[in-house]
Amino acid sequence: MKYGPETIGVGLFAFLALLGAAFAADDLFAQHMWVLFFVLAGSTIVLLRKATFAPAAPEDPGAYMDGPIRYGSVATMFWGIVGFLVGVVAALQLAYPDLNIEPWLNFGRVRPLHTSAVIFAFGGNALIATSLYVVQRTSRARLFGGNLVWFVFWGYQLFIVMAATGYLLGITQSREYAEPEWYVDLWLTIVWVAYLVVFLGTIIKRKEPHIYVANWFYLSFIITIAMLHVVNNLAMPVSFLGVKSYSLFAGVQDALTQWWYGHNAVGFFLTAGFLGMMYYFVPKQAERPVYSYRLSIIHFWALIFLYIWAGPHHLHYTALPDWAQTLGMVFSIMLWMPSWGGMINGLMTLSGAWDKIRTDPIIRMMVLAIAFYGMSTFEGPMMSIKAVNSLSHYTDWTIGHVHSGALGWVGMISFGAIYYMVPKLWNRQRLYSLRLVTWHFWLATLGIVVYAAVMWVSGIMQGLMWREYDDQGFLVYSFAESVAAMHPYYVMRALGGLLYLIGALVMAYNIAMTIMGRVREEQPIGAVQPAIQAAE
Amino acid sequence: MDYHTMREFADSWMLLAMAIFFVGAVIYVFRPGSRKTADDAAQIPFKDGE
Repeated sequence: MKYGPETIGVGLFAFLALLGAAFAADDLFAQHMWVLFFVLAGSTIVLLRKATFAPAAPEDPGAYMDGPIRYGSVATMFWGIVGFLVGVVAALQLAYPDLNIEPWLNFGRVRPLHTSAVIFAFGGNALIATSLYVVQRTSRARLFGGNLVWFVFWGYQLFIVMAATGYLLGITQSREYAEPEWYVDLWLTIVWVAYLVVFLGTIIKRKEPHIYVANWFYLSFIITIAMLHVVNNLAMPVSFLGVKSYSLFAGVQDALTQWWYGHNAVGFFLTAGFLGMMYYFVPKQAERPVYSYRLSIIHFWALIFLYIWAGPHHLHYTALPDWAQTLGMVFSIMLWMPSWGGMINGLMTLSGAWDKIRTDPIIRMMVLAIAFYGMSTFEGPMMSIKAVNSLSHYTDWTIGHVHSGALGWVGMISFGAIYYMVPKLWNRQRLYSLRLVTWHFWLATLGIVVYAAVMWVSGIMQGLMWREYDDQGFLVYSFAESVAAMHPYYVMRALGGLLYLIGALVMAYNIAMTIMGRVREEQPIGAVQPAIQAAE
Repeated sequence: MDYHTMREFADSWMLLAMAIFFVGAVIYVFRPGSRKTADDAAQIPFKDGE
């Protein structure tokens, strides 16, 4: 019977969730287990309806396994739009506090929903889907582990649903970018190990003798995230059926563990993984090999050895020992070299084919992504310098910096990769419309520029207002005055985010039409313009 | 093994080991004859004919 063990397993877990709800030690755990029960019970029904007793068609061991990647592409698009929408809502809540709808939708709960939705749901699905696409094609081998990859895909979606509903219910362990409580963390650990098994197994059974550099980046991302996730979430639950847990670490050690995790989530989730994407999809779309393969290897090792030490720069001027702060600053500055080496390597891949930026909007998107990678990895080390950090820290400058990296680099390279993959995955001749890709490009670019510029102005203004003393040595501005001064910038920031969201909606329409097999009749970009006709 | 032992190990032998590994990796990348290997490896994405 097809889906037999899966159906029984999911049904069993639904029953366990029901027991969890019945015997919960606190209300929040009971509510969360009810959510889990309904999700799993619904999944059981779907699986039962799909059950067939016909013998399964023999799978072709030579063919690539693209089903989970197709699902992953759609999931990336879906979670992207959810995450961007929640981001716009959070931005509007900051501008108009009346939009804080208690208790589920106040800013304190919406904010982690936004960050986790864009980083782990959108970014994570993009990474999982593209890594499985790339590893098969550069190893010339089918995914290892048979249906294990389906467990990875659906298990990861369950993690996202549990994390997101937990935030809205008010369940958090208050660790930035690692808010889910212990039982959700344990689930993610299981899923992540399965992901590692699928990915590493495929590399081990490869037919290509050399492991292509993109796979090195993806593998480092998977392994490092496993290590970071486990160490950062070492905690002791208060009760077996309750939400609350206490961290293994205390005080400044806890803070440093948190930022060792937090910054390496940036370094290995949002950077190394997406660099893997860059090293495969940019050469494929440009139809040229990477500019310097040797530089890419040095890029890899330098990034691995430097990034892991940069976390303390989040704790400048705190109780963290000075030597550790300086260490974090120095390593952050040294990161300039591999980052810019990688950026140059990506951009120069186009050398001799620069005209593609004019004629191919997907290449244009990838080039913009690499440019933003360069810009945000320039800005980041600069902000980690203690003197600069004393102005920038805790201000909106940091928010602007994160978004130029997230919207510009992570978002745009993922969009480029999805635009490349979707026609291939569904065997379509081309995308529904390249003109719509151009629309998406300009909407998103305008959104990022508005967002980043506005946050620079408001962040620096905020920092300067906080440190303004009069000649008597008193602070000139109260905190509330600096908040009031931010209002116009917060409105403009929401507008920038809205433009980015509209761009993503245009993309979703384009991708949906491509999947349905439609092709829009349009003039190719860069074609010779028709001759001007004389007026009659 | 207390904190100080680990700390001393980290900023001496471990630091040296990582530095040597990194310098070794760079030398390996630029060893004579590596250009052709690297150029071949750069062609991997175009090999499966998609």
